[in-house]
Amino acid sequence: MKNKFICLSVLAFMFAGCEPEFENEVTNGSYNSGDADFTSYVAIGNSLTAGYMDRSMSRVGQSYSFPNLLAQQFAVAGGGEFTQPSYEDDVDNLGGIAGLPGYNTRLIIDASAGGPEPIAGTSTITLAQQATAYNNMGVPGAKSFHLLAAGYGNAAGLEFGLSNPYFVRHATSATATVLGDAMSKNPTFFTNWIGSNDVLAFATSGGVGVNQAGNFDPSTYGFNDITDPNVFASVYSGITTTLTSGGAKGVVATIPDVTSIPFFTTVPYNPITASLIGGGNAAVGQAAITQLNTELYGPMVQVLAAFGQSDRISLLSTTRSNPLLIVDESLTNLSAQIAAALTQAGYPAAQAQFIGAVFGQARQATSNDLVLLSTRSVIGTAPAGAPAPFDAFGITYPLQDEHVLTADEALMVADATVSFNQSIRAVAEANDLAVADMNAILAKLVTGLRTEDGQLYTADYFSLDNISTVLFSLDGVHPNARGYAVVANEILKVINEFYNAKLPQINAGNFPGATILPTN
Amino acid sequence: MRKLLSLTIAALTASSAFAGGYRVALQGQKQLAMGHTGVAVVNSAEVLFFNPSGMAFLEDRFNVSVGANALFARTKFQNETYNWKASTENFGTPFSVYASYRVNDWLSAGIAVYTPYGSSVEWDEDWDGSHLVNNIDLQAIYVQPSISVKISDKLSVGGGPIYVSGSVNFNRNLNRSLTNEAGERSDLTIDASGVTAWGWTAGFMFKPVDKLMLGFNYRSEITMEARDGDATFNDLPAFAEGTYTNTTFNADLPLPAEISVGFSYELTDKWLVAVDYNRAYWNAYESLDVSFGNGTPTSVNPRNYKDASTYRVGTQYIPNEKFAFRAGWYFDESPVQDGYFAPETPRNDSMGFTGGLTYQINKKLGVDFSFLYLHFDEVDNSYDHYSEGTQHDVSFGGTYKNVVFSPGVGLTYSF
Repeated sequence: MKNKFICLSVLAFMFAGCEPEFENEVTNGSYNSGDADFTSYVAIGNSLTAGYMDRSMSRVGQSYSFPNLLAQQFAVAGGGEFTQPSYEDDVDNLGGIAGLPGYNTRLIIDASAGGPEPIAGTSTITLAQQATAYNNMGVPGAKSFHLLAAGYGNAAGLEFGLSNPYFVRHATSATATVLGDAMSKNPTFFTNWIGSNDVLAFATSGGVGVNQAGNFDPSTYGFNDITDPNVFASVYSGITTTLTSGGAKGVVATIPDVTSIPFFTTVPYNPITASLIGGGNAAVGQAAITQLNTELYGPMVQVLAAFGQSDRISLLSTTRSNPLLIVDESLTNLSAQIAAALTQAGYPAAQAQFIGAVFGQARQATSNDLVLLSTRSVIGTAPAGAPAPFDAFGITYPLQDEHVLTADEALMVADATVSFNQSIRAVAEANDLAVADMNAILAKLVTGLRTEDGQLYTADYFSLDNISTVLFSLDGVHPNARGYAVVANEILKVINEFYNAKLPQINAGNFPGATILPTN
Repeated sequence: MRKLLSLTIAALTASSAFAGGYRVALQGQKQLAMGHTGVAVVNSAEVLFFNPSGMAFLEDRFNVSVGANALFARTKFQNETYNWKASTENFGTPFSVYASYRVNDWLSAGIAVYTPYGSSVEWDEDWDGSHLVNNIDLQAIYVQPSISVKISDKLSVGGGPIYVSGSVNFNRNLNRSLTNEAGERSDLTIDASGVTAWGWTAGFMFKPVDKLMLGFNYRSEITMEARDGDATFNDLPAFAEGTYTNTTFNADLPLPAEISVGFSYELTDKWLVAVDYNRAYWNAYESLDVSFGNGTPTSVNPRNYKDASTYRVGTQYIPNEKFAFRAGWYFDESPVQDGYFAPETPRNDSMGFTGGLTYQINKKLGVDFSFLYLHFDEVDNSYDHYSEGTQHDVSFGGTYKNVVFSPGVGLTYSF
């Protein structure tokens, strides 16, 4: 019996040595950093680098920042420690910043209500100063020139809008610059994805800011302005010179065009149908449209035709989708003319004045106008103080400047984006740096970005079918965890090719999308 | 000790696939040692499985063979592109019991109990392919009463009904990214036991000349129809709890038909060789569709297996009354087609090397030993038909390498 037991043990032992073995076992040795050195990787940039999503920083969201994902892949090829600003105070992962207006908790989908809304609860993220330089120096809200601005992390500047609360949290001193803190980590490798806010802040505001082309003093810019292209080029070049001063190599990323960002492409310019107006009842809607044409659109068409502006507004169709009414500041203001014409036609003077003021620069939207995602909840609601029938934004009362990026404004954005991206490429080439063309990559989202596993990702993210294939977070501007995985993977591919490295890739499909709660 | 006991019991109830698909070719110690040939070999009551018509040619009036294997199956997975690694190690004990009795000169009767199908795979939980499978345990026990009729000294026919009792337990994550609020991946277990079905087997043996035996056997397809099994969702986020409530499920799993033809030839009084060819009609396994009792959308998982062949040779040498030595080889074709390589049965083509011996304790009682080593080349393959969102062709793959080793022991008693 004892012998038998020994026999069995020997067999078991023999088999224990019978492990399946690959001809080429995947180990850390399977990968290498090529010409790059990941010992000290530093990421600079804005919210896209910080790991901002769902309109907030949050503890868990930050863990999916693309630099953090990259660092995990670098770890098999000599990558060193990678630190990020601490969000330990975000105990319940609510995001937001306590006590700061506008810094709400992160967006979630409330399944009982439908749309995205800030998660219930009070933010526990404070402005307590960590005074530490981190490997991830992405600062949400930062524009190119902010990275060089001393005092951008000065708590005392917050109330005057001179500093940034996120940088206040970790700036090493009141006079520290983002770039200076980044350089204190002695980077051997960097990613730089700065510049989006230099143009996108204008775009996401609906173009309420100013195109500062020709103004070379960024200290006079408002947040929603477009940076002058020469200022951008010079600042970008300066940042790069500093980053590479210690011999570091890196990847710079281009700025995505607005037309690939759901925030600008989700709401159609022509959502008005009979069914919509009739609250689901097309017959009721058709009657309402006929009435609108008689009472409002018809007279307006007549008046505008008299001034040679008949292309501004057409009658509404009862069968097709109709465009939204919008204000376009680039149009000649016909307020006085409209008021005069209406008065002549017998309208009471006050009413004629009101209509003239409201419709002076109004027109119907075209496919070249980009309706902001945030405007979706505005359409059909009553503007403050507007009497019936002018109580429906987009239908009887034009959407305002901040609701729509008009064709003209979109063109300014497009021109600036092209110009900034040219600067980025030129600086990269001059410094022999790799370029991750995030503009081209995100542009693919319009038609569909196919990953290696066969999945097709699109920017269409308000369909329940797409819950597992959405790359953007609920704010419509920033990627979600899955989207940052795609971003990180594209950068990995660039590094592999440009620096002859061999780094493992990331499969975006395994990363989460939006937080959905049954109730909020 | 109690822990050891429970481990043993767990091992006894599990069996592991290592032949093509979820077929487990370990149906008798003597025949396994001969490359699992046997459709034209009259050696022992094991013939009940290989070709029940052969009972009629057994020398003794009463024959019993019982045996079991210790089956070690290990699979490793890696994907260099993504730096993925995972492994599964499984142990199972497929067994068989055969008994035959010669009623009169022309009629024999017998009963066979064996486990020709099964699969047990347990990957690291939440591994990279967990949206396809975390673990699966599939079992089927065949009970086959048989008769054999000797039509002449050269020809016998035989067959019988097959009663199958099976069970399945299968767990996988709901998709590639859904988690509950604590970050734990949402998953689904389907469990059904006591699934029963009927089939049949029939064959003949023909001895055209002395020393040569020809054999043919057919085993019918049996579809295991799991009805009203338990579908249990785990670690769901709160919002999905209303959608995915625990419910029942229905699923069909085919155990394919198999034809065996072959011959054996006595080179000398002591030396026998045998050649078998098996054809398994795996194309019956087109898709694993799991439908649910509560309106949860049916889970469609294309399998698209193809019919597959196995080629076997074996030999037996009996130098004296105390010993018999056996050896064999076979080539087993995988029924899995490229692009359908699902990690629940991660097997490719294999070559089996077998050997064994019998020690006769006395004239009536013998102890059989066998061993099997299955060699698999490492294989790069993928499953390209996972459904996610509106896409139905999401791919998961990498490099797989299997090792299977199985010592077995049995007793043969006859008089």
